[in-house]
Amino acid sequence: MSFGKKHLLGIQDLTKSEILSILETAESLKEISRRDIKKVPALRGKTIINLFFEPSTRTRSSFELAAKRLSADISSFSKTTSSTVKGETLKDTVLNLEAMQTDALIIRHSASGTPHFLSTFCESHVINAGDGTHEHPTQALLDAFTIKEEKNRLKDLKIVIVGDILHSRVARSNIFLLNKMGAQVVLVGPPGMVPAELADLGADIDHDMDRAVKNADVIMMLRIQLERQQKNFFPSLREYRNLYSLTPNRFKKADRNAIIMHPGPINRDVEISTQLADSVKSVILKQVENGIAIRMAVLYLLLGGKEREFTN
Amino acid sequence: MGSPEKENKMVDKIKARVMDASKIKRAFNRMATEITERNRELNNLVIIGIRTRGVHIARRIAKLIKEYDNVDVPVGILDITLYRDDFSELEDKHIVKKTEINFSIENKDVLLVDDVLFTGRTIRAAMDSLIDLGRPKTIQLLVFIDRGHRELPIRADYTGKSLPTSRREQVQVQLKEIDNKDEVLIKEPGGIN
Repeated sequence: MSFGKKHLLGIQDLTKSEILSILETAESLKEISRRDIKKVPALRGKTIINLFFEPSTRTRSSFELAAKRLSADISSFSKTTSSTVKGETLKDTVLNLEAMQTDALIIRHSASGTPHFLSTFCESHVINAGDGTHEHPTQALLDAFTIKEEKNRLKDLKIVIVGDILHSRVARSNIFLLNKMGAQVVLVGPPGMVPAELADLGADIDHDMDRAVKNADVIMMLRIQLERQQKNFFPSLREYRNLYSLTPNRFKKADRNAIIMHPGPINRDVEISTQLADSVKSVILKQVENGIAIRMAVLYLLLGGKEREFTN
Repeated sequence: MGSPEKENKMVDKIKARVMDASKIKRAFNRMATEITERNRELNNLVIIGIRTRGVHIARRIAKLIKEYDNVDVPVGILDITLYRDDFSELEDKHIVKKTEINFSIENKDVLLVDDVLFTGRTIRAAMDSLIDLGRPKTIQLLVFIDRGHRELPIRADYTGKSLPTSRREQVQVQLKEIDNKDEVLIKEPGGIN
């Protein structure tokens, strides 16, 4: 078990052993959030900045709480409160923040590759909290953690991901991670959202949801990004719902112990029926709880301990 | 602080075998007796072992108390990695293990257990950690070996054996639960294999 990276930029460049080391560390750290005093001193004196150029409640507060539970100091900036609205370049913003002696920068940005760009000149550890349509590594890690908790393994599970895969960084990170861990991934959605090229990522593709969910162990629903609807990736919301919404009838075709996941925020009765979202088969809120443990593990593994040689 | 969990690449030379299984057994019996004598309210006692070997020592003590006084004393597991002050010096710092204390320590008499007492920094970290988990009535300390060289004002209430050592030496408490054998060794660091 080892973790040799300086940054967490994506799942694609993590080794299997690095992924396992994050999952195992998270398992140990999860208990801290259930204590009366939800705090340990491990990262005392470390300064972390949350830079969110896209809206987020879950990921941002999850990172904030994770940092605080490890006793690090954290400040959060959003697009509207940062000087980029005054015309400052991203690089200048980051260099100015780093001049305040930061130890880590957590970044979410609508442009794919922003965290990689920061890592080329930052002294601080860079953590990708979602970049464009590229990756959202901590989401994939918390998903894997949740699946492992429910199913005790990842290998050989049939995991169906439904929705706008093409534009989903959550899906991409999940495909990378699940492939590395030996799960079978099936991508489901209309051809405009699940084009054939996605098979190159190492997943099966099916445009027929009723067929795809058969014997599935995990069904992961993605949010239909209603703000993208004007771009006509699917003919109509009603048609999408008819073909790809997770309904009790469709869910019956999955394995009887199948679980339902969703990275949030959910559109009730669009991609998932309210009845299922609130059922015992849904682990959506467990994903949120586990998000804290995963982000604590990532911060601890990157920032804790002595300066060492990094492989990225 | 007693014995490294990871296998060292350095080959350490065994300098002395200071305790064998029968001496270790007698030390356990004596300490268990001392604990029952000193703690009139055994029902208020809980034992917390510091990972890794402290946990096994804690379980043995609990078993002896059950034999002597027929009281079931709960045993918890404490991992102090996140509380260390020598964080930066730890090589295998990645491995945080779970703290498993499935009972309240509020107002309890806590018996903290470790294998080797050396600088006292592990115990300092353990006490900080315990106090974050609740407010015990008292904390007592049991160590199997006290090897001296304290850097903090900490002493043990129960000691299996006091063993004068040089700083260079390593003391290893081996327990049959994980090491297949009960013995206490003094080792001298050797050259690189």
